[in-house]
Amino acid sequence: MKALLLMGCPELPVQTAAALYIANKLNLEDFEVTAAGNKAAISLLLNSDPEKHYVKKVMDLDRCIGALAEKKMELDLCFVFIHSDTGISYLATVKSLSKAKTVAVIFGKEIEPLIEASGDSIIIAANAVHNPTPLRAKIEGVKSWAALTR
Amino acid sequence: MGCIDEMNYEILLPNSSFKECADFIKKKFREIHYVPAGFRIFGIYLIGVSPIPIAVDGDDVILPYIKPCHGSFVLRIPGKEEAVRLRAGENK
Repeated sequence: MKALLLMGCPELPVQTAAALYIANKLNLEDFEVTAAGNKAAISLLLNSDPEKHYVKKVMDLDRCIGALAEKKMELDLCFVFIHSDTGISYLATVKSLSKAKTVAVIFGKEIEPLIEASGDSIIIAANAVHNPTPLRAKIEGVKSWAALTR
Repeated sequence: MGCIDEMNYEILLPNSSFKECADFIKKKFREIHYVPAGFRIFGIYLIGVSPIPIAVDGDDVILPYIKPCHGSFVLRIPGKEEAVRLRAGENK
């Protein structure tokens, strides 16, 4: 099974922590995990996981969208990290381009409008900016990510 | 992969939400073409909520453009070939 972590602007510190935490969970269920983001998001991830224990593969965000649009990338599960309207646009784009099950990972200070805009995606949401604990608690609430793809 | 930064674009609406950009295009321009998210134009894949409005004004194309750390913008980009393509109904 293949999972994608689609990261947004890394201005909120919890994003990298949540991405690595989710990647660890996915690895335990034998997912092949790829992370996509802009240079800053990928740099933070690789500096936190230099030997790629958690995220095996990374790719540029634009190239990732291109691969999805050209049907060169198959996915079972896609986590879209959202803390602003931009993240909602990326979530909508993934849903338009892929049949993968989508998970909206929502964080920041004003999460309610983002939850409402996430439609029928699975939602993992918490008011979190610096402290990843509330978001981690929500992630822990899902017992099996693989089960969601069946 | 194309790069908007290398094009001769004009920002018509800066740092807005995607909806504000879509509404701006629909309100300000007459000739609107709707495309799905991921539609390729000027070598880039459009991000947004389908159907995404793109306007054609003469030989210029007006479209919403998203940068992850900066929000959504409305850009006017000279592009006769892309305008012709949209007018021909190649919007899938």
